[in-house]
Amino acid sequence: MEMILINGVAFVAIFAALMVVFHRNPMVSIIFLIINLVCVALFFLFLQAQFLFAIQLVVYAGAIMVLFLFVVMLLNLRHEEETRPGGRIQWTLALVGGIGLVGLLWRSLRGRLAGPGATLGGFPDRFGNVEEIGRLLFGDYLLAFEASSALLVVAMIGAVILARRNES
Amino acid sequence: MDPALLQQVVEAGTKVALVVGMVMGAVTYMTWVERRVSAWIQDRIGPNRVGPAGLLQPIADGIKFLFKEDIVPPHVFKPLYILAPALSFVPALLGSAVVPFGDSIHLFGRDIPLRVADLNVGILFIFALSAMGVYGIALAGWSSNNKYSLMGGLRSSAQLISYELAMSLSVVGVLMAAGSLRLNEIVMAQGELWRWNVFTQPFGALIFMTAALAETNRLPFDLPECETELVAGYHTEYSSMKFAMFMMAEYANMVTASALMVTLFFGGWQVPGLASLRLPALAVSLIQVAAFCLKVGFFLFLYVWVRWTLPRFRFDQLMDLGWKVLFPLALVNIFWVSWLILKGWI
Repeated sequence: MEMILINGVAFVAIFAALMVVFHRNPMVSIIFLIINLVCVALFFLFLQAQFLFAIQLVVYAGAIMVLFLFVVMLLNLRHEEETRPGGRIQWTLALVGGIGLVGLLWRSLRGRLAGPGATLGGFPDRFGNVEEIGRLLFGDYLLAFEASSALLVVAMIGAVILARRNES
Repeated sequence: MDPALLQQVVEAGTKVALVVGMVMGAVTYMTWVERRVSAWIQDRIGPNRVGPAGLLQPIADGIKFLFKEDIVPPHVFKPLYILAPALSFVPALLGSAVVPFGDSIHLFGRDIPLRVADLNVGILFIFALSAMGVYGIALAGWSSNNKYSLMGGLRSSAQLISYELAMSLSVVGVLMAAGSLRLNEIVMAQGELWRWNVFTQPFGALIFMTAALAETNRLPFDLPECETELVAGYHTEYSSMKFAMFMMAEYANMVTASALMVTLFFGGWQVPGLASLRLPALAVSLIQVAAFCLKVGFFLFLYVWVRWTLPRFRFDQLMDLGWKVLFPLALVNIFWVSWLILKGWI
């Protein structure tokens, strides 16, 4: 029962990811990217990481994709719908990058995906729930967490100042 | 199938059917309440011909919507145009899954918790869904390929994003007071009347209520469909059942928002002083469910009341209110709750 569900979601995730790349209309690509991100959120749910599930939905499938949607909506990319085969350099780079990525994934996952009955072992018992993440962020990694939030604020203020029109 | 699993499936199925039935029933009859109450406020009579006091009017409306011609204008982008109503309706309905409508009820020799899903991040799940709700409206606006629709969709997205921030921050105070993201524990923490969050953090409640009005696109914040400027906003090009789905999504959002308001700030299913009456357990459970429904009903009425009382904001006023008033107030509320906790008062 659980395996059927997981495999179903995995299939949808891969199909959606392929459609993001292959569909001609950027708007439809965005919808498939959202579907893909929702599938990833569901994987977190299967791992009992409810907090990561909710955050994945709020931040990635929600906030960030809305921004993508806005940009594409406002750019009005009509001519992008025409087919545009990439040049030879693009094809070569894509091929090398793709094969390299598959190789890396294979190296790291080879031991775990041994066959039927293999589990995604190695996760601690309380992986990804609120208490555990809170303890890590505000305990062990407090400095890094606060420093990265300060960095984000600085970047945001910088963007606002740079984007402001000269009113003189 | 072994009996334990079967029992679980039957229990979950019954609860899902019950909750979806209750929400859909509330959605259907809210259209009637809206028209009757608006008539009452404006000293008219309202629909009173179909059935006693017009009570069958929503059913007549539903049948009419189903049999209307479903027009798909030739200039729309079809796949997304058809997808959009569903995208706005599904998240609206899913939100009710995590709201606890009672403590637990003892039936057939077992305790049944009265909520569909007990997520330990219940409140975050609701925020996730409200973030998903933007897509339906934004895509409807874009795929209609019409400038009024696009304007409506853009406005609505901007509005949702702005008010979500104030809304989430106002909930932070509640989370601090309860020490949990689980909605049932938030309700549990509001046992006595003076522990209701509306009394310990009135600003939080006010901000949440205002933001909820904006999140559900209701007057005085219904700019996305502002008739006087935008024809009908994002659903200008929709007809028949697709249009009805947008309307149902709006009302389902109202039901979820009212239920959340009650859960977070007005003690959920808690009835102060009920424990001292020493009633049988079953009666207590039923009274709690009834109390929850009554409280939600009050907030649904409030929605209608506000709609027919206040005029619409201008868009810049809306943005000013969201970013310059509600957002700082929500931050102040967090400091206020921290102070209360520091003093050991809650």
